[in-house]
Parts: sequence; C-alpha cells; structure tokens
Amino acid sequence: MTKVLMNGSSAIAEAAIRAGCQCYFGYPITPQNELTEYMATNLSRRKGCSFVQAESEISAINMVYGASLVGVRAMTSSSGPGISLKQEGISFLAACELPAVIVNMSRGGPGMGSIAAAQSDYFQATRGGGHGDYRTIVMAPSSVQELADLTHRAFHLADKYKTPVMILGDGILGQMMEPVKFKHEAPAEPPIRHDALRGAKGRRSKFIKSLTSNDTELEELNWSLFRRYELIKKKETTYETFLADDAELVVVAFGIAARIAKGAIKTVRSEGLKVGLLRPVTLWPFPAEAVQELAKKVKHYLVFEMNMGQMIEDVQLSLEGKGEVSFYGRPGGVIPTPSEVARVISRLYYQKGLSK
Amino acid sequence: MKTVYSRPKSLKMAQFHYCPGCGHSIVHRLICEVIDEMNLQEKVIGIPPAGCSVFAYHYLDIDMAESAHGRGAAVATGIKRAFPEAIVFTYQGDGDMAAIGTAETIHAANRGENITTIFVNNAVYGMTGGQMAPTTLPGQKTTTTPYGRDSILEGHPLKISEMLALVKGTTYIERVAVNSPANIRKTKKAIKKAFQTQIDKLGFSVVEILSPCPVNWKMSPLEAWRWIDKEMSQEFPLGLIKDTTGRKDAD
Repeated sequence: MTKVLMNGSSAIAEAAIRAGCQCYFGYPITPQNELTEYMATNLSRRKGCSFVQAESEISAINMVYGASLVGVRAMTSSSGPGISLKQEGISFLAACELPAVIVNMSRGGPGMGSIAAAQSDYFQATRGGGHGDYRTIVMAPSSVQELADLTHRAFHLADKYKTPVMILGDGILGQMMEPVKFKHEAPAEPPIRHDALRGAKGRRSKFIKSLTSNDTELEELNWSLFRRYELIKKKETTYETFLADDAELVVVAFGIAARIAKGAIKTVRSEGLKVGLLRPVTLWPFPAEAVQELAKKVKHYLVFEMNMGQMIEDVQLSLEGKGEVSFYGRPGGVIPTPSEVARVISRLYYQKGLSK
Repeated sequence: MKTVYSRPKSLKMAQFHYCPGCGHSIVHRLICEVIDEMNLQEKVIGIPPAGCSVFAYHYLDIDMAESAHGRGAAVATGIKRAFPEAIVFTYQGDGDMAAIGTAETIHAANRGENITTIFVNNAVYGMTGGQMAPTTLPGQKTTTTPYGRDSILEGHPLKISEMLALVKGTTYIERVAVNSPANIRKTKKAIKKAFQTQIDKLGFSVVEILSPCPVNWKMSPLEAWRWIDKEMSQEFPLGLIKDTTGRKDAD
C-alpha cells in the first residue's frame, strides 16, 4: 500500500480496523475525537463490527470488557480525565486476564487541565492507574507511522499476554498529519479468542470473575500475573537510541518530547557536542537494561519530559546511582521548541565540563 | 411414580450461601427453570453484579461473567454487540441498578439494547450489611438511616422501572415478587416473557422482583414475606408496567 496523509488519531483507528478490531466504544473528549469519529464512519458499517458512542468513559471501558469476554478484539480511546474514569474497567480487565487496547491522547492536567499536549499521565499509565497489583503494557509512539505500527502491535500483545495494553500518545500526535503506510490488510474473518465466553455449547459452563473469598486463590492470581509481567519485561521491552554510541551526555525522552529532543540533538551535534538520545518505546516495561548498558560508558543524563518529572524516577531507578541525572520539563501543555531544548543541552554540557 | 418436580438441569448441585429466607435462591431457581424450558443453556450469558448475588456463577450452570458494581448493562451491551447470537441477561440489585449503575441502565435501555435485566429489589444493601438503598422505603430503618429514611434528607424510593418505562427502547417491564407461591409462579412467567422479548429482538426487557432480606430487615422470613405485601408493594405496586411487545404472554 502507498503512503497516505493522515492525522494521528485517524491513523490509530485505521490501524485498529486492520488489526481486526471489531468493537470500538468511546465518549467524546478533546484532543482525540478524530479517532472516535473515524470509527463511527469506518468501523460501524463493517460486517460483524460494532461502534457505540457510550454515555460515559466508564460505560465505554465496561463495554470493551463485555466484548473482550466473548473473544473479539475491542478498543476504547480517551484523554486524561476520561482515562481516569476508565481505571475501574482497566483494573477489572487485568484481574480477569482479558485483552483490550486503550488509547490515551493525553492533555494537560491535573483536573480538567487543558486540551494542549502534555505528558503528565506517565505515572497513571505506568503505575497501573487503577486499584490493585497489576501492570499494563504502555507504548509511547513518537510519529504517526509509529502510532499505526504500535496499534497493530498493541492488539497482538494484548491477546498474547491476555492483558490490557495502553497507547500513550498526546494532543500533538493525535492532531498532526504525517504520511503513513499501513502494513497490514484487515482480516476477512477477524480472530475469535479460543478461550472466550460464548455459551456452554459442547463444553461445561464456565465463569470469569475477579472476586474471591479465598485469600490463597487471590494470592495465586497475583503470582500468576506477576510471572506474566516478568515475561513481558524480558520479551517485550523496546526502545530506540539515536547517536548514542560516542555520546558523553544522553537525553532520555519519550513520545513527542523525544521528537523535539532529536531536533535539539542534531543542532548541538553540528556544534560538536557529543550528545545522544535514548527513547523508551515501551514505558512499561521500561528499558532498564538499556539504561544500565549505557551507564557503563555514559555518566551524564538529561531527562526531558513535558511534565514536572515522572519518567525521571524510572531513569534513576534503572541507573542505580551509576549516573548523574538532570531534568528539564515543561508542564501544563506548553510545547518547547528544539532550539530551547538545544540551549538546555549545551548549557548542561558545558556546566558538567564535557567539552574538555 | 410420577415426577412432579425436579432440580432444573441448569442449576448446579451446590448449597446456596444465602441467608435463611432470602429471595435470591428462589430467583436463581426460576431463572434456571426458564433456561431449561426455553432450551437456552448453550447460548445464554449471565452477568451477576457486585452484591450478595455476585456468586450466582456458583449456582447457575451457564456461562457467566462478573461485572463491576453497576456496570452490568454496559458489559451486557459489549457482549451483545460483539456476539449478537448470545442471549444476555444481567442480574442486578437495587444499588447496582438504581444508584451506581443508573446511567448505564438508562442508556442501555434507551439504545434499545436487546438484553434482559433481572432486577432484584430488596430495599437495602444486603452484602455490605444493610445500608440504605435507593429503593429503601420512607421511614425504613437501615444501618445508614438509623432513625428511619427521612425523605427531606435522604430522598425518596427511586422507581427505576417506572423511569425505564418512559424510555422508548424498553418494550417489556413487569414488577413481581417472590413472597408467595402464587407470586413466585408469576415471577417465573415474567422471566420467561422477558427472555422471549429478547429472543424476538424486541428490545430492552426488565423484570423487577421484590425480594425478602429478612436478616437486614431484622424480621423472620414469614414477617419479611408479609412486609412485602403490606409495605413494600404499596410503594412498588406489583404488575405490568410496560408491554409494547405486541406478543401474548409466554406460557
């Protein structure tokens, strides 16, 4: 297929349909309405597919739970305040070991915040967000092409590990238009999960639940989830490095901030500064081993986020004190320019005496 | 010897955990009888709520999945939209249906989702120990209305079934009770009709069942049965609330 020009939210929707997503349930919230509208136009009329504009984000995620119970691929999308409402359902999906894809085109917070792009939902996304001891795979694309690719991958991982997967984008990624190439065609017969709840025909009846009055049973569920999370950490951690081989200072940034950082790094490289980039593509699992590998050569890190410092905690935890970490952040929906970040990088570079 | 009654096929051989005199076990059995008689065991999916009946899946020998508190109608919507061949019912209490899940219930009904709701109204939060429910009667004592429900401070009994009757997507709503052999027979008939409404793809159907909770009402089972007649059904009158199915009663 040739490249098409598309905004990020629509690209996610198209990629989801091509991944065999049969059900989409959503509630309007800026800046991701294009996703819901694309599904209303393009998913609702497809054979065997369903689109519902729900009465709330809580209902939408519970509809996803229902569709996932019967074994079809389902997704919902929202932004900050709506994602907060979905946490109940995400916890239930994790507890009942059901796959689902949840998109957060995050915006400025806390509270109603603003509709501008921000990265302040990192903690919520990577720490579980809802109640109980669970994890969600979190993917952080940084281009429209990657939104499409990671959406496809998100459905695959959700099914493989029977877990909710979150795509953490932001208002810029959702709105901006870029050329995108879709690498998959929608399946003629979308897959139905073999362990789905579809009536006790030809087998004994079964039930799916999370409540138990047996502490040992719940402990075993938690252990089983934990073992799966360890496997995910081992197998599914992804990241990108950029000009990191000879770097003396490494910028760590995700999503759209990494895109801005790349521009800044190109500028300072042209001035002879040895600066590279580490971009986690999965925020959970966080690429801790990649950070530890870098720490063998690189002592100085600049974490750059569009928040007041959230991923920095994962960088510090991964370094285990083996590097010096600085931070630059712009919260509240303010979008820094590459030249602004370049100034921050060079100031730090000279302050740390790396030019000698 | 002639068999006049036997355990429904879709009721598991398990001892109910319900308190003496509780209505849930009767309602469970009636649902199973209807499932057997309508031959639905292989295609029915039930959604129990948070509450005493959350463990319904230990008794009903059909596919079931737990819902978060109040979200039954949304979960059932997801199931039915993704798998329209299934016969889907939610089993909900008064708090689930008319407090925390009001939005989900009314909007699923308004979309005319082709699902059935078995709504067990016992005027109290049972599992958590007898707090006020949206359907608690005026003056009724509960653990959170220790001086009796004061309508000025705590509002009035919410008649969710009558509210749902105003919504165009609902086609069959009936209020019944399980406090006498005659009423139990009517309850079974109503459940059957509700499932038939769904099978005929006619829209959202609700059977509201007034059900005794002797332990939290602090009554004997017999007193609880009588209280439904004397008090509860004055506030929540029994009978057909809405029927636009155009079908005769299922027998």
